[in-house]
Amino acid sequence: MAQRRKSTARVTAPPVEQLLPEVFRAWFARRGWQPRPHQLALLEAAHARQSTLLIAPTGAGKTLAGFLPSLVALSGDRREARGAGLRVLYVSPLKALTVDVARNLTTPIEEMGLAIRTETRTGDTGVAKRARQRVKPPEILLTTPEQVALLLSHADAPHLFADVDTIILDELHALAASKRGDLLALDLARLRRLTHDPVVTGLSATVARPSELRAFLAAQTAPDDRIDLAHLVLAAGGVRPDVKILELDEPVPWAGHSARYAMHEIYRALVAHRLTIVFVNTRMQAELVFQELWRINDANLPIGLHHGSLDATRRRKVEAAMASGALRAVVATSTLDLGIDWGDIDLVVHVGAPKGASRFTQRIGRANHRLDEPSRALLVPANRFEVLECRAALEAAEDGAQDAELSRSGGLDVLAQHVLGMACAGPFVPDELYAEVRSASPYTGLTRDQFDRTLEFVATGGYALKAYERFAKLRPTGDGRLRLSHPRFAQQYRLNVGTIVDSPLIKVRLVGARTLRARARGDAAGTPRAVMGGRVLGDIDEYFIEQLKPGDTFAFAGEIVRFEGLRETEAFVSRSNASDPMIPSYGGGKFPLSTHLALRVRRMLAERDHWRVLPAPVREWLELQDDRSAIPSADEVLIETFPREKKHFLVAYPFEGRLAHQTLGMLLTRRMERAGARPLGFVANDYGLSIWGGRDLSAMIAGGLLDLDRLFEVDMLGDDLDAWLAESSLMKRTFRIAAVIAGLIERRHPGKEKSGRQVTMSTDLVYDVLRKHDPGHILLEAAWADAATGLLDVARLADFLARIRGRIRHKPLSRVSPLSVPILLEIGREPVAGMAREDMLREAAIALVREASLPPQDEAS
Amino acid sequence: MLQMKPDRLAIDDFSDQPIALCGKALRADMSGALYWPAENALIVADLHLEKGSSFARRGQMLPPYDTRETLARLARVIDRYEAETVIALGDSFHDCDGPSRMHEDDRRALRLMQDHCEWIWVTGNHDPEIAHDMGGTVVASLEIEGITLCHEPKGCRATHEIAGHLHPAARVVMNGFTMRRPCFVGNGRRLVMPAFGAFTGGLNVLDTAFQPLFGNDGLSVWMLGQEGLYPVAARLLAED
Repeated sequence: MAQRRKSTARVTAPPVEQLLPEVFRAWFARRGWQPRPHQLALLEAAHARQSTLLIAPTGAGKTLAGFLPSLVALSGDRREARGAGLRVLYVSPLKALTVDVARNLTTPIEEMGLAIRTETRTGDTGVAKRARQRVKPPEILLTTPEQVALLLSHADAPHLFADVDTIILDELHALAASKRGDLLALDLARLRRLTHDPVVTGLSATVARPSELRAFLAAQTAPDDRIDLAHLVLAAGGVRPDVKILELDEPVPWAGHSARYAMHEIYRALVAHRLTIVFVNTRMQAELVFQELWRINDANLPIGLHHGSLDATRRRKVEAAMASGALRAVVATSTLDLGIDWGDIDLVVHVGAPKGASRFTQRIGRANHRLDEPSRALLVPANRFEVLECRAALEAAEDGAQDAELSRSGGLDVLAQHVLGMACAGPFVPDELYAEVRSASPYTGLTRDQFDRTLEFVATGGYALKAYERFAKLRPTGDGRLRLSHPRFAQQYRLNVGTIVDSPLIKVRLVGARTLRARARGDAAGTPRAVMGGRVLGDIDEYFIEQLKPGDTFAFAGEIVRFEGLRETEAFVSRSNASDPMIPSYGGGKFPLSTHLALRVRRMLAERDHWRVLPAPVREWLELQDDRSAIPSADEVLIETFPREKKHFLVAYPFEGRLAHQTLGMLLTRRMERAGARPLGFVANDYGLSIWGGRDLSAMIAGGLLDLDRLFEVDMLGDDLDAWLAESSLMKRTFRIAAVIAGLIERRHPGKEKSGRQVTMSTDLVYDVLRKHDPGHILLEAAWADAATGLLDVARLADFLARIRGRIRHKPLSRVSPLSVPILLEIGREPVAGMAREDMLREAAIALVREASLPPQDEAS
Repeated sequence: MLQMKPDRLAIDDFSDQPIALCGKALRADMSGALYWPAENALIVADLHLEKGSSFARRGQMLPPYDTRETLARLARVIDRYEAETVIALGDSFHDCDGPSRMHEDDRRALRLMQDHCEWIWVTGNHDPEIAHDMGGTVVASLEIEGITLCHEPKGCRATHEIAGHLHPAARVVMNGFTMRRPCFVGNGRRLVMPAFGAFTGGLNVLDTAFQPLFGNDGLSVWMLGQEGLYPVAARLLAED
C-alpha cells in the first residue's frame, strides 16, 4: 500500500520578469492576481524544454498553468512553420471539457489582444470543419484521445503535426490507468516521432504514485534498463477541508444504500447553502435520492439531477443551470467528478461511503474553487458498515492519503487497434514500430513475441490454423515494410477507433397514454409495433431492461416510470403513479471499496479505542458482536458459521471490496460443492460475503469434513478460477470488449447499425469456438488479463489469501451474529450469484409437462 | 385435438423431446437436429458452413473453426441416432463460394459422413447452388409422407412443412433471470427449426416475421440448453 502525505516540496519561484512578458504581467495585475509559484515553475520548465507533470488541487489554476508557456511563446514571433502550423495540442478525456477549456482560454487571449487561433475538435465537430482542420489547423487544437488517433491514421499526419512543440494532457489521473490511457500513450509515442522534441505537460489531481504519470509523459528511451521520468511540479494544497459525518439520533440502518433516514437533514443542509452537489455512488441511488429530496422539498428549491444515463442535452441543461446559479442543488454521480467548473459550489454532500480516498478528496474539492477557503463536505453513511467506511475516508482525507492504483501493462487489444491505425497512415517497418511502441510507458514490458503475434492478429486473425493468408490486411512491400492491402481497411479502422465499448445501451422513450391506447389497438390488429415517437429520457444498460416485464416500474431521469415494452434498441416507458419503484437497482458506476480504505476499516474495527469516534448505535453494534462472536484483528479474517431458518450459513469478512468478494464467493461455492457441503447461493458486498447451503457447516468443520485452511488456499486461483471463468458471463463480456477494440468485431455505425444484442450473440459464439479450438489465441490472453484486473480483482484476492494463511479465525455460532446482519440483508436486494441458469429452463419445462398432463378440461376434439 | 401434448413424463431426461407434426412422430434433439424415426432420417437447418471465412475475405477475421465445429456436432448426432439419411435444409453454406474455401480436413470429415449416409442438400437463399464436389443430391425442396421439407417457410398457414431460414430463438424471463436460446417453434402443422451452425444468431419467435406462419394459433417452443431441450410455455416468452 503506497500513500503520500501532501508533500512540502514546493518550487521556489524564479524571477517573474524573466518568464512573463510585460503584457502578461499587466494582465495578471489588472485581474488582481499574482502568478502562482507552480504556474511560474511550468513556464520555467517549458523554457528549459522539460516535460512536466503538474499535480494541483482543484481551483489552483491548473489549466492556465498548463497553457501559460504556450500563450507566452505564441504572443511573440513564431518559428517558421515546417508543416501545417499546429503548435499546441491539448488532449482531455471529456468532450465537454475541451469546449469549456477553449472558452476559458479565449478570455486571456482576448483581454491581452493576442493573435492566437484556438479550436476544438471532437466527435461533434462537423465533417467540413474536421476536413479543413487537417489542412489548415488552428495554432492550439483542443481535442480527445480518439480524435488524436484518427488524425494520426492519415498519411498527412507528419505534415499536420510537424510544428507541434507542446502537448498538454489534462486530467491525466483519469486517463492514465485505462485502455484510453493505453491508446493515448501509443499516440504520444507516434507524435514524438512526427514532432521535434515536444514539451509534454500533464495536469493531474493528487495521486498516490506520481512516478507512474511521470513515466507516462516521458519517452522511455531504454525500456530494458531504466524508467525515464518527466519533471514534477506540486502545487501547494489549499486550506484543510471541513468534513463532517452526519450524525443523527436515529440509528443508522443495518443495510441498504438509500440513506432515506437522513433525507430531512440533507435537505436542511441544502437550504442553508448557495449551491450543493449531492454525490452518490450509483445512478440508481441518484434517482432515489433525487425522488426523496423532491418529496420533502417544501421550499420548492430548484434541485437537478445529473448522471451518465441521462440524455446529453438534459445533462447540458443542468450544467448550464448550475453555472448560471439557477439551481440550488444537483444530485450527481461520477459524471461531475472531473474538472469542469460548473459554478459556485459551497457544499458537497456525499451520500453513501466514498469507496476510495482519492475519489473522496476530489469530490470534496468540488466545493469552493477558491484555495483560501476550506471546502465543506458532509458525509452521509447509508448503513452501519458505511459509518466505519466514512470515518476511514475522513481520516484518510485528514492525512492527505491517496489510494494507489495498481499499475497495469498496456492492453494487447488496444495495441492491435493502434497497429492497424499506423498501417493506415502508411507502410511501416515492424522493428521500428516495436521500438516506438515500447517507448510508451504502458508497453515497456511488451515482448517481441507478443508484438509479432499482435501483428499477425491484425494481418490474418492470428489463428493457429493458417486459413486466412490470402485475405491478409497487412502485406509485405518487398523492402521489409508492411502495408495495408486495401484502402477499405482504413475506412473500417476509422469507424472502429476508440476504446470505449459501452455495454449495449437502450434508449428510453417516454410515451403518453394516448400512444399506448393506439398501441393496444395495434395489438388487436396483429401489428404490435405501432408505438413511435416520444421524448428520449436517456440511455440505460441493456442488461437492466432485459430483466423487466411490461408493467414493472423503475426510477429514471427523475421520475418513476412504467416499462411498456421494447422495440429494437428503444425501450418505451410511461409515467407511473407508483410512489415506489418495483425494481430496486441497476448497477451504473459501482466502485469497489479501495484497498487503502479497506485497511483503515479493518484497523478501526480491531482497535477498540478507536470506537469512541463512532456514533453510539454503531459502537453498541460492535460491542454486541464482540460479545456474541468475535472482532477480528487487522491481520485476521473472521469466519462465522451458523444455522438460520433451516439453512446453514458461512459468513466471511475479508473487507476487500465487492468484486474480489464476488470472485471469492464463486470459487468457494465450487469448492464447497466438491466437499459435499451443498452450497445453494451466495451474496457479497464491499465488506464480506455469505454462502448458504443445506448441510450443517459448523458440524462439517468440527468433524474435519470441511477444512477452512484448505478451503481458502491460494490455489483456488488456478484451476478453479480457470474453470469458472471459462463459463462465466463476465468473461464473455470482457472478451466482447477486447474483440471490439481489437477490431475482430465491428462496432455499431450509423446507417449500418447492428443491434447490441446481435453483437453480444456473435461474440459469445466466437468466444466458445475460439476457446475450444485455439485456447492460446492472443485475444483470449488479452481478455483474461482484463478480467483478472478489472472485473475480478484477482490480484487483490491473491493478496488477501496470502495474507490470511494461518490466520483464519472460525466462530461456530448457534445463531446469526450482529456483524453478519448487513450482509444477510443483501439477500434479495442483490441478485443471488451462482444460480445455475440451466435449472431455470428445466423448471420451466417440468412445469409445462405437469400442466400438459393435467386432466383435459374442455379439449376440442 | 391437442397435437402437441407431450406423450410421456420423463422429466429427468431432456436430451431429446417428442414432437408430433401432422400425426407423424418426430424427435427433436438438444443439438438442434430433428430425427424422423420412421424414415431413419436426420434433418438439420442453416449450417452456414464457412461463415467465418466469408467474413474474413471482407477483412473481419472471425475464427476459422466454425465449419469443423459444426461438422463435428453433426457427426455426433448422426452417430447417436444411427441415421441413414441426412437432409440439410438450406443455407448449408454461408455463400456459394463456401465450398471452395473449405479446409481439406473439413472436406474429409464431410465425405466420411456422406460415405455412411444418403445426403440431401436442400438449397437456400445463401446457397442457391451447391458445388458438385460437395457430394449428395441437390434439391430445391422435397416431400415426405405429405410433409414439405424446404428452406424458407411458405407464407400461408394451410400447409404441412418443416423449414429453417428464420433461426428462431426464444427469450424467457423467470425470477429476475433472463435467458435467450435458439429453439424449435411449431404449431402441429408446421415446424421451424433452429440454426445448427456454430456462428449463427437467432431471431425472436415473437418477431413479426413469425406472425404470418403461426398467426394466433398459438405456438409451442422447445429451447436448446447446454444439457437438454426444454419445452417452454408460450406465456413465459418475452420479446427482446
